[in-house]
Amino acid sequence: MQDKQTQTPKKGFDLKQLTKSRGFSAFTAALLAIALGLIFGFIVMILANPDKAISGFRYVLVGGLGRFGDVLYFATPIMMTGLAVGFAFRMGLFNIGASGQYTMGMFFALYVGFMWDLPNGIHWIVAIFAGMLGGMLWGIIPGLFKAFLNVNEVITSIMFNYIGMYLVDMIIQGNGVIYIASKSRTNYLPSTVQIPSLGITGSNVNLGIIFAIIIAIALFIVLERTTFGYELKATGFNKYAADYAGMKGKRNIVLTMVIAGGLAGMGGAFAILAPSAIAGSSMTYEPINIIAANGFNGIAVALLGSSNPIGIIFSATFISHIQRGGTLANLVGYKPEIIDIVIAVIIYFSAFAMIMNAAIGRFIKARINKRHQKTEKEAK
Amino acid sequence: MDTIYYLIQNMLPVAIPLLLVALGGMFSERSGVINIGLEGIMLFGAFFGALFVFTIQGAGINAQLVLLMGMVVAALAGFVYSLLLSFAAVTMKADQTITGTSLNMLIPAAVLLFSKMFFNSDGITTNMGFFIRKMPVLGDIPVLGPMFFQKTYLTVIIGFVILIISVIIFYKTKFGLRLRACGEHPQAADSVGINVYFMRYAGVSLSGILGGIGGFFYSVGILDGNINGHSGVAGFGFLALAVMIFGQWKPIRIMFAALFFAFLRTLAYSIALIPFLNDLGINQTYYKMLPYVATMVVLAFTSKKSRAPKAEGIPYDKAKR
Repeated sequence: MQDKQTQTPKKGFDLKQLTKSRGFSAFTAALLAIALGLIFGFIVMILANPDKAISGFRYVLVGGLGRFGDVLYFATPIMMTGLAVGFAFRMGLFNIGASGQYTMGMFFALYVGFMWDLPNGIHWIVAIFAGMLGGMLWGIIPGLFKAFLNVNEVITSIMFNYIGMYLVDMIIQGNGVIYIASKSRTNYLPSTVQIPSLGITGSNVNLGIIFAIIIAIALFIVLERTTFGYELKATGFNKYAADYAGMKGKRNIVLTMVIAGGLAGMGGAFAILAPSAIAGSSMTYEPINIIAANGFNGIAVALLGSSNPIGIIFSATFISHIQRGGTLANLVGYKPEIIDIVIAVIIYFSAFAMIMNAAIGRFIKARINKRHQKTEKEAK
Repeated sequence: MDTIYYLIQNMLPVAIPLLLVALGGMFSERSGVINIGLEGIMLFGAFFGALFVFTIQGAGINAQLVLLMGMVVAALAGFVYSLLLSFAAVTMKADQTITGTSLNMLIPAAVLLFSKMFFNSDGITTNMGFFIRKMPVLGDIPVLGPMFFQKTYLTVIIGFVILIISVIIFYKTKFGLRLRACGEHPQAADSVGINVYFMRYAGVSLSGILGGIGGFFYSVGILDGNINGHSGVAGFGFLALAVMIFGQWKPIRIMFAALFFAFLRTLAYSIALIPFLNDLGINQTYYKMLPYVATMVVLAFTSKKSRAPKAEGIPYDKAKR
């Protein structure tokens, strides 16, 4: 946004201006990181099984296209956790605790789903808000610790990932209505609390994805058009300058973490309240003392989308797409973990893709200038 | 008295990985690089250590010798893996926290992939007995013998030896002094001719070596020589970071912090054996949460006056003042 103000208005479409803008370089940096991640994944596939590598890699690349409903369905929770991480990033906070906030949100939604008896049509809405509340509760803690006790939010979030996971697993296992001990998973949720499906056959895609996109757009407006959003970004750029300008740093830290937690919590609610393609069943949760992976995938989503809410819509869809592809690669003998490796490599490179990108840009520019000079000389 | 012996015997093998990894974190952070990837480095070291033990276990070599060789393998593995962090964080000046996170995410997936494809399981299972029932001579000392030299692992002694070496390197050598300078004021260090990039590579590499060894010792002392990709090292890399902060980036304090956390964890997992606590009838999960909750309480009280290295987390750029 601020690019528009710094650029002098010019007539017509100017490619040079566009390629110079920050948004464009973030986009090409993301593409570079994705390309490197996929190449690395391909190499791993070749090492693991050279004969099937090509067909397996094709599944990863385009396998998701045939199941776009599923891609959107699995994109919903990681879009929310991606927003949770990305929103905090804009303030300079690393919310690695999206996982715990997600688990908490999921638990609150489950609790409302099982223990509260509400009429059809209201039940699932209340459950989503309960999920948001659960996430907020787990988000406010690192915020308070950071603002008032100077504890690094990364450590707090990690510790509360574990505390939240153990707590939720314990409460669920102790509740006879929610938990079926013999199947070591939660019971089927009543149909009143399941989010209405979008009606695509053979897929679980539901209203959740629509909500997630609306929330992303709302966040974009908050960041770009409100005082709070401006203060948040200013604090992210330079904490001391923002403090000096009279912005309430502590309040903003807590508020940011509460919002981020709420987003991740809603992600948990969307995931567990999704309708099942099979009538009479629902999504279930297995309390097996493992930290939710969707929280960590949110970090990848946020980085790929360069913490821009609109970018996150696309990056979440992309990550979900290659995840579906990874599941399909199972057909030719590859394990879906290959995608986790690709995602990790993408994060690794996106941490310095901007710098690499700039270096490549300089290199190309130098080449073009050289050629330019050459042709000028020849003309003389 | 038996309960006390039991607790100490079980606590030390838990404390050693925490101690070593926290020392590794200390070397890295005092040189100016935040190493949040210790969890991944630990698992990487543990995996290669276990893989080494797995391949050699049929050869009939003495178990303690295998442990020492596995330790070297794990250290090398940790060193190589940590180069990824130093390259990104020092040479490419990337965000250190994000890079570390990606290192943490890569390894569990890679371990699962590898183990599923080659062993058809989630990890590596070895059947080498590293457990020492009673050490010769030392185990016969009254009181101290049963505490430190019976029903234990060789890792405990090695761990304390490494602690002493670390203290000497850190405080008594030119290298240690230069390393600490790079974490406090890299510009000043550079102005007197210290190569900041090299010192930071060295700091991260030391953390890789110690992280790898710590991971292998975790697999030996806690998982009986096995390792798997699902539970990994159960957040020990992160706990070690908390231990390091609690220890205020100083080796001896880090040792006490590691013992404290190990004690809490041992307590949590041996409730059933302690009649007094078992009678309270508290759900065991509360005890499992205890180390994490204790971390938060401790950090809440110590972080206000925390003395973190001044330049940590900031990539060093010669052009900037």
